[in-house]
Amino acid sequence: MKLTLKIWRQKNPKAKGNFETYIMDNVSPKMAFLEMLDALNKKLIEEHKDPVAFDNDCREGICGSCGMYINGHPHGPVPAITTCSLSMRYFKEGDTIWVEPWRAKPFPVIKDLIVDRSAFDKIQIAGGFISVNTGAAPEANSILIQKKKSDDAFDSAICIGCGACVAACKNASAMLFVSAKISQFALLPQGRVEARERVRTMVEKMDELGFGNCSNTGACEAECPKEIKLVNIARLYREYYKAF
Amino acid sequence: MSKVLFSSITKKFVMALAGLFLLTFLPLHLIINLMLLKSEPGPFNSAAHFMATFPLIKIMEIVLFGAILIHISWGIYLQIQNWFARPVGYVRYNKSETSFFSRFMIWTGAIILTFLILHWFNFYFIKLGIVKGNPEDFYSVAHSLFKIPAYDIIYLTCFALLGFHLYHAFYSAFQTIGLNHRIWSPVVKLVALVYAIILPAGFAFISVTLWLFR
Repeated sequence: MKLTLKIWRQKNPKAKGNFETYIMDNVSPKMAFLEMLDALNKKLIEEHKDPVAFDNDCREGICGSCGMYINGHPHGPVPAITTCSLSMRYFKEGDTIWVEPWRAKPFPVIKDLIVDRSAFDKIQIAGGFISVNTGAAPEANSILIQKKKSDDAFDSAICIGCGACVAACKNASAMLFVSAKISQFALLPQGRVEARERVRTMVEKMDELGFGNCSNTGACEAECPKEIKLVNIARLYREYYKAF
Repeated sequence: MSKVLFSSITKKFVMALAGLFLLTFLPLHLIINLMLLKSEPGPFNSAAHFMATFPLIKIMEIVLFGAILIHISWGIYLQIQNWFARPVGYVRYNKSETSFFSRFMIWTGAIILTFLILHWFNFYFIKLGIVKGNPEDFYSVAHSLFKIPAYDIIYLTCFALLGFHLYHAFYSAFQTIGLNHRIWSPVVKLVALVYAIILPAGFAFISVTLWLFR
């Protein structure tokens, strides 16, 4: 395939940045999106040009570091996958692909497509943990937990903190992320002990960092690579109201 | 405590409650407006007089204006915060699958507010004595306004936008107060759709009838 890439290039956090156009010939539909970027970078290095900086680590949809905004979608146009799992077979001959970094005040651009997502770490540090050593796994039947609750807690815990929810939201709201991190504890008896303090501190930190407010548009749910649901946000609200 | 009172969630909660209160007022307004369809002015003017003088309604009027003020001021404040949260936008338009009307709440809200001010000029300010007119005969005022085609077009456009606003607002308020349920949320969405169609359609019906058939 022959593709035209329009990629955001920005030397450093303070630089202005602009879109550069790259023509890629012979892109195989079997390639992953990041492999295609690797091929572009190889070409740029051979031409003694600065390669495109992009974040990546596991390349198997687990770590969530490869977030980028592709043709108007976080992680590209295919639902429920991360950028590293995006195959080039979803694009066709002659396509123009626009690649942008996440855009949000709390996620400043470091270089090209890499943004600083440490704002999420700060929210987690504010309260997204259990503050005592819980020791080894307890005997399975010592604390009984409903299967539904256990499943829901697990479904929330699979949030990888990639930031796609913030990137997709028209308000750059982090509510889906925070609600998943709240829910994974709030649904389980071990998490109830510090539930009130946790929700207060995490929401306070989220507001302080400058994320936007939730308008219940549902864009976050639609774009989340781990399919975290909006019910988590309603649970976050309930937890917050109960905390006072 | 101020951090709690002014947290993003508290602001949304208060805004949702104020919005839900406003949702309860509109059907009452529609019922009174339906009396405009009668050929004699008596029933409508009596109802308008009752609304203007009954003590309980007078108290509710203060609550109503409070709700309008809170809903609008928090709405604008939250929207400004949202704009600040993304100082640099995307070049490619966001294509995420979202509830369509939810994207334009601030704009539909702004147009509804503009209409509300116009509406106050036509009726409420007459009652207050700010604008000249007979506060005991709003029937004639309404009938003469609906005879002006431009007013009808503005009226119908604003009520169509009100429908769009209400559809998202109705079920969104339930989500914001924490009521999201596997079975009941789709029901709330359906009720929101019915409410958002029937209510503006009722007001539009009165406008079109008085404009074209009287």
